[in-house]
Amino acid sequence: MSAALKYAVPVALGIAVLALWEFLVRHYDVPVYVLPAPSAIWAALVENFASLMQSLWTTLSVTLEAFALALIGGVAIAVLFSQSRAIERALYPYAVILQVTPVVAITPLILIWVGFDHINLVLVIVAFIVAFFPILSNTTLGLKSTDHNLIDLFRLYGASRRQILMRLQFPTALPNLLGAMKISGGLALIGAVVAEFVAGSGAATGLAWRIVEAGHTLEIAKMFAALALLAALGIAIFSILSLLEWALLHRWHESAIKKTA
Amino acid sequence: MTSLLSLTGIAKTFDNGVKALGPVDLEVQQHEFLSLVGPSGCGKSTALRVIAGLLAPSAGKVEFPGGNPETAFVFQESTLMPWASALDNARLPLDLKGVARAEADMRAGRALERVGLGGFEKSFPRELSGGMKMRVSIARAVAAEPKLLLMDEPFAALDELTRQSLNDDLLKLWREDKLTVIFVTHSVYESTYLSSRVVVMGPRPGRIAADMALAAPENRDAHYRLSPEFTTQAAKVSAALRNAMVEHA
Repeated sequence: MSAALKYAVPVALGIAVLALWEFLVRHYDVPVYVLPAPSAIWAALVENFASLMQSLWTTLSVTLEAFALALIGGVAIAVLFSQSRAIERALYPYAVILQVTPVVAITPLILIWVGFDHINLVLVIVAFIVAFFPILSNTTLGLKSTDHNLIDLFRLYGASRRQILMRLQFPTALPNLLGAMKISGGLALIGAVVAEFVAGSGAATGLAWRIVEAGHTLEIAKMFAALALLAALGIAIFSILSLLEWALLHRWHESAIKKTA
Repeated sequence: MTSLLSLTGIAKTFDNGVKALGPVDLEVQQHEFLSLVGPSGCGKSTALRVIAGLLAPSAGKVEFPGGNPETAFVFQESTLMPWASALDNARLPLDLKGVARAEADMRAGRALERVGLGGFEKSFPRELSGGMKMRVSIARAVAAEPKLLLMDEPFAALDELTRQSLNDDLLKLWREDKLTVIFVTHSVYESTYLSSRVVVMGPRPGRIAADMALAAPENRDAHYRLSPEFTTQAAKVSAALRNAMVEHA
């Protein structure tokens, strides 16, 4: 399939679905509070542009902060795990407990501890908890999958632990880390939105709150507009991380090599 | 000749109770090309790892009468870093020893040229054939100018022609750099072609069953492979190997 066709097909499908949607809503006179037409959603987006952008920015910054913390924390603890079996044995069960406990259930507690005055901090903490585990678990796996013969070779040439970590274990773990980042980027966004729904007080001003608000006042078109922005944000995060993965791996890693057959 | 390495009563029993090796006594002279030949699981690789210091023996002593030699190791797989170019891979020992980048680049580049990979400096391992990857691995070994080169069935996974050409290149490096090589193989012909001395090991726990010096010309080539002399030598090694197996059976 040629490159142009590769993009043309899904784009054409999208346009066709939107056109059909618009046609059906108009033809059957579907009320706007049940399903607004794409044109109405667009109008709502334009009308509420300033407030939606403000909310988009809030959600984006919460997501990015949580993602950055998850990345730094996850990699740091994975390094700790790879250096010491004892630390891993002691801490890993708690990391799992943190992961398997539904974050929606923890959010009210965090809200009480941190307080409504610092609502954005609550959102960042919740999003961090959701995004943290894939980074930790995949990076730990990657650091430990290092070729034993290469480790022996490094030792033979008198390499320090730090040299083995930086020159051998990190590059080995890089594909796992980048894969985990793609998962965690999306999870951080989900965490930020879920936390805002649970906090649901109006103190938070992200896209999730715009959706709650629009739901209360039956402004379904505005709700769709906020949803579309969330989806766009998710796609943007995924695309940027995929691009990063490609840039770092395409020269050497099997996963990034184009099949010519 | 002076002794480079001396093994006294070396034995290795693994944690799971498997007696892999020994006891083994072995004296290796400078500039020997010594092959360790034996059936699978006879402890050849274990012996090599003990000599390299990668594995502590359960008993016995490893001594280097002339001081610890610069040692290089070549594994059965090329064991390259997939994210690094051929040059970066060959430069590894120099990097780890803190040699300045410009000089390290020059020496690693020279090592690649010596194994016939001039022009492939920027290639990544996945772009190279199995034989070329093994050449990079050998370039990495000689880049640090070792005295002692340990090789663990390095050519076992390669096709016959590639293997023969690598054998010849290895002999050239051995002559030019005055290397001492300890070469583990299960191929009678490969050991006969390469070595100045063949040590035959019996099945587990590996012990030395025969130790023979080979009278052979310094310059071996394709003609030597076809000579009656080569066939006679190979027959001797082969007989010793069969004996070693029978004694244990």
